[in-house]
Amino acid sequence: MEDHGSPALRRLIEKLPDAVLETHARLGDATAVVDRARILAVLLLLRDDAQLRFEMLVDVTAVDLLPLVPRFEVVYHLYSVAKNHRVRIKARVPEESPAIASCNAMYASANWMEREVWDMYGIRFEGHPDLRRLLLYEEFVGHPLRKDYPKERRQPLVGPEN
Amino acid sequence: MAEPYFPAEPLRSEDDFERDLHTEHQILNMGPSHPATHGTVKFLIELDGENIVNLDIQVGYLHRGFEKECESGSWYQCIPYTDRLNYNSAILANIGFCLAVEKLLEIETPERCQWLRVLAGELSRIADHLTRCGAACLELQAMTPFLYGIEARELAWDQMEILCGARVTSNYVRIGGVKHDMAPGFAESCREFVARTRSLLKDFDDVVTSNRIFVDRLRGTGVISREDCLKYAVTGPILRSTGEPLDLRKQEPYLVYDQIDFDVPIGEVGDNYDRYLVCVEEMHQSLRIVEQCVAKLAALGPGPVNVFDPRVRWPAKGRVFNRMEELIQQFKSVTEGPRVPAGEGYAAIESANGELGFYLVSDGSAVPVKVRCRPPSLINLAPMAGMLKGALLADLIPTFDFINMVGGECDR
Repeated sequence: MEDHGSPALRRLIEKLPDAVLETHARLGDATAVVDRARILAVLLLLRDDAQLRFEMLVDVTAVDLLPLVPRFEVVYHLYSVAKNHRVRIKARVPEESPAIASCNAMYASANWMEREVWDMYGIRFEGHPDLRRLLLYEEFVGHPLRKDYPKERRQPLVGPEN
Repeated sequence: MAEPYFPAEPLRSEDDFERDLHTEHQILNMGPSHPATHGTVKFLIELDGENIVNLDIQVGYLHRGFEKECESGSWYQCIPYTDRLNYNSAILANIGFCLAVEKLLEIETPERCQWLRVLAGELSRIADHLTRCGAACLELQAMTPFLYGIEARELAWDQMEILCGARVTSNYVRIGGVKHDMAPGFAESCREFVARTRSLLKDFDDVVTSNRIFVDRLRGTGVISREDCLKYAVTGPILRSTGEPLDLRKQEPYLVYDQIDFDVPIGEVGDNYDRYLVCVEEMHQSLRIVEQCVAKLAALGPGPVNVFDPRVRWPAKGRVFNRMEELIQQFKSVTEGPRVPAGEGYAAIESANGELGFYLVSDGSAVPVKVRCRPPSLINLAPMAGMLKGALLADLIPTFDFINMVGGECDR
């Protein structure tokens, strides 16, 4: 496994060699694909390691790579204010069990962003205290950013009954 | 004669007065359409008297499927959608998106284009901060400073109109450049704008900054600590008001910000008053940047504002009409749009509200696989419930104002 000159990738490979599946630094973005089951250990290392200190979980999102297996990728972007560096962590999530551990206890910013990913992609975040839809409403059927959700689909009209 | 009432035991504290009173928390719905929630957001507030016990923020009323729409058109067709994210500073979102696409294409824009982008972006930032500070005054019952702010904002939008033909949703930035160079006379009107805005900001400052009512409503309300900001990934003026000088224009300079002289104002305690002061000072800094851009553009002289890259630019019309290859290329560019090499990239800029990032995934085709906008409005709004726990209901208004949630960007 190569660290591509990124301190974050180097520490990850050094400390959790079995959790890191792939690395790349294309276009200057240090990226590690990690084992879905080890995501919390990876994020904890990135946050608490004295050399890395990623205090900010800047973004959580997902990508639907529909023909590919596993189908989903959950993507975390982290930034360290103290060290001024970034890293991207990805975890692949299969269609049959679309779930991953929630990092809400570690990073408060994950709360809403994980709700949005659940809302849009239907990926469950296990251990999330309040996994409601964020942008859509509870009666919405389906998860619209999945590639097999047609853009034109109509949703039932909801509201009080007369 | 009725016996006078004496309590069985002497009253020990104020709480005892309420001992036998039936009290319960009140649930108050604020929004989704409320005059003080510019943009549609609903607060479900649990109140104990006038104090907020619990606050549930419900967003999404303005969700228009930004990402889904982007994933079903060409890369170019995304740019007008980015205008409609934060409609107070549309150009900043244009720039953020185009920088991310340019990162995937690995192209560098000409110097003149970069200075034009910075100029347009800073005009937008001024308009955004003016809206924030002006609207906050209005919602605290001060109409006059609001009008000063809005006059200055109109002037900023006038400059936009001269620059790109539209005031609000400008659609000025292109992949690999900008729509066109600035019009003759723009530099002069920009200088007038800077002078006039400085005088309006002075008026604004005179009326508001040391106004007793304004200060009392803002000081010590909506306080957030630096640690909480980092935990919630809050960026922009809110983070800077806590004393952390994080500004991506300085930390990770993009475009030509490394050649520009400006300061990053910071606050001390992270309350609404500090946020107000940070925003006002940022406007002064943006005016400085505008002046430097105008001077630099004059010094640079005429030059290209677009890259010469056939993947993203249309060929010259003279060639299209006379040559077969260019005709085919123009046809492909119009009907299909540019093809972006397969890969993923994240580019972030310092927008008026904080870090505005775009995470793009391409499979090498002319249609994006993923266009993720990392919306500062949404992420900065998340800690608001914690900021207001135990506070008075009236503190919700200035706190919400200075978080400056913009519905278009928050709900996308």
